[in-house]
Amino acid sequence: MSAISLNDGSVPDKGAQDAAASAQEPYHHEGDNLPPHSHHDEEVMSEETVNQYWSANVRLLLGLLAVWFAVSFGAGILFAQPLNNFSLGGYPLGFWFAQQGSIYVFVALIFFYSHRMHQIERRFGVDDDE
Amino acid sequence: MSVQVLTYIVVGLSFALYIGIAIWSRAGSTKEFYVAGGGVHPIANGMATAADWMSAASFISMAGIIAFAGYDGSVYLMGWTGGYVLLALLLAPYLRKFGQFTVPDFIGERYYSRVARVVAVICLIVISFTYIAGQMRGVGVVFSHFLNIPITMGVFVGMAVVFFYAVLGGMKGITYTQVAQYCVLIFAYMVPAIFISMLITGNPIPQLGLGSTVADGSGMTVLQKLDSTLVDLGFNPYTLGSKSMIDVLAITLALMVGTAGLPHVIVRFFTVPKVSDARKSAGYALVFIAILYTTAPAVGAFARINFIETVNGSTYAAAEEDGGTPQYFKTFEDIGLTQFTDKNGDGVIQYAAGASIVGKPKFTGERGANGERLVSNAATDSTNEAYVDRDIMVLANPEIAKLPNWVIALVAAGGIAAALSTAAGLLLVISASISHDLLKKTFMPDISERGELMAARGSAIFAITVAGYLGINPPGFVAQVVALAFGLAACSLFPAILMGIFWKGMNKEGAVAGMLAGLAFTVSYIVYFKSPWFGATNTADYWLFGISPEGIGTIGMLINFATALIVSRLTAPTPTNVQDLVDDIRIPSGAGVAHAH
Repeated sequence: MSAISLNDGSVPDKGAQDAAASAQEPYHHEGDNLPPHSHHDEEVMSEETVNQYWSANVRLLLGLLAVWFAVSFGAGILFAQPLNNFSLGGYPLGFWFAQQGSIYVFVALIFFYSHRMHQIERRFGVDDDE
Repeated sequence: MSVQVLTYIVVGLSFALYIGIAIWSRAGSTKEFYVAGGGVHPIANGMATAADWMSAASFISMAGIIAFAGYDGSVYLMGWTGGYVLLALLLAPYLRKFGQFTVPDFIGERYYSRVARVVAVICLIVISFTYIAGQMRGVGVVFSHFLNIPITMGVFVGMAVVFFYAVLGGMKGITYTQVAQYCVLIFAYMVPAIFISMLITGNPIPQLGLGSTVADGSGMTVLQKLDSTLVDLGFNPYTLGSKSMIDVLAITLALMVGTAGLPHVIVRFFTVPKVSDARKSAGYALVFIAILYTTAPAVGAFARINFIETVNGSTYAAAEEDGGTPQYFKTFEDIGLTQFTDKNGDGVIQYAAGASIVGKPKFTGERGANGERLVSNAATDSTNEAYVDRDIMVLANPEIAKLPNWVIALVAAGGIAAALSTAAGLLLVISASISHDLLKKTFMPDISERGELMAARGSAIFAITVAGYLGINPPGFVAQVVALAFGLAACSLFPAILMGIFWKGMNKEGAVAGMLAGLAFTVSYIVYFKSPWFGATNTADYWLFGISPEGIGTIGMLINFATALIVSRLTAPTPTNVQDLVDDIRIPSGAGVAHAH
């Protein structure tokens, strides 16, 4: 943690910026409520690794947001009327998506994201495990 | 024991619990006051977030809104839960890595600008005060319903309790009382819901009961029965909406995005230890919220069926056992939430579509031929003779299901817990934005830690006083503008934070211009249609693209994105040190990025 500069400015200081750019010393921004120590804290990432990690994250995000959109705006609103011709456990299907199903899917999406992100972060060495 | 004595005991015990927790969790540093020391377990934070989020309106009014709106009520169910997906995927983990105390902290530093910080503080304060007035009012209303004391007294009691744990304990006190309040409110909601589900369908799980057949031998499911009964009485079918599709889409999106951008919700994710905990915690929060949000539509539907079956066609003067009007109708008539206007003079309540009287009932103090309370309101042309306030769909459940008095007392404690927990969360973000963002980070950078902590407590006291005043003297207009809180969050804070994380090229000028453009559009649209000042007709014929003021935050957000994009292209690029900051918050751990230049 000693590498974190503790001066209380509002933007990262010039020294930290130069350090990151030259890759000689670890870069951290400062803050009063930073997450605790992890075993990757002192590792400097290559730009390529970070870009790969970020695009893996964004791909996962977009996929899950497509599901988020499909169950609520799609099944619950846009296609609710045609779906109401089918029934699920006594509910018209479109109505079920609008008042029950979309909420269950939302919960599942968050836990799935949390789980997959942990795998992705371990693969790229940026997880926040102790 | 009478209901009233039991209610005093149950509510009193819950207050003792909250105050006990407050004394145990006194905050000693700014870090404890603002973010509970940053060490709250993700499950505890999930519960606290759920209590923080579910307000008096969620607890008391939502099931009733759905009962009367049917499918159209889905916008609230999807809107107020779908926002957590956005929060967990797009905002919470990165804001946790950023590692500061407040939402304006992020906007101020990411956009390297005091102006951006102050704009964010103003949005936050307007959003939070709009919201909090309703909560203090909610506390007062619950007190007056259940304990028969004036609303003003109820607001004072609520202020005193919140004062104790918000001022002493800060975020630390609030977090652990919210955990307790979640337990109280979910238990109080579920017990009557389970019993009324058994009463109507024989299935104890309300979420399944709503799909089951009605236990009256008709062989119809609950929703089929509601559809056919309502159509017979002249209403729209329950499972079909009457709002236009574009409005439903816009409202749902504005509520989702608004939820994700509400400061008192975001700041809860600053209290967990790690980035990965922020994601998990959002998942737990939504589980705890979903328990109530998937039960509410069932409660609404059951209560509506029960109301129609027992009240419609019942003889007011006869005893309930002989097929007369149920006792709860008369109990709630006494406090003005139901009312019977015997238009055809047959002594029987006819229930049908349309309002029975013009406006809210104004009781004359006299009783009619059947013993009903008379009103001075003009009767309408509709054949409907019953006035019903939607809130009774939750409040009357224990009586409908013939549950013992302690359940009624529990519902009172649950309603108060829901209102207090939300009020406390809002008070904290208001006080933090004053003491931290305005004093420490803008006007008094040399203030000491002790001074800042005192300022935080002082601004919490100030915020409680203002909230109490608004609760006692609600400006009629505020009740109309809950849409404003979500609209503002959707058109200003959410886009600014999102672009700050996902788009390094977004600069100070773009973000500030985007926030101001989004705000100017959204605020003027809502004020134009919702305030009494312009005489505008608030109907679909006059709305832009057929989008109501509730959904206009969606357009405000698009205006924000478009303005920010254009302005950022025309102005100086983001400084490299800020780009490094963005790199750093994108990875959960590790020491920044070695650039190949």
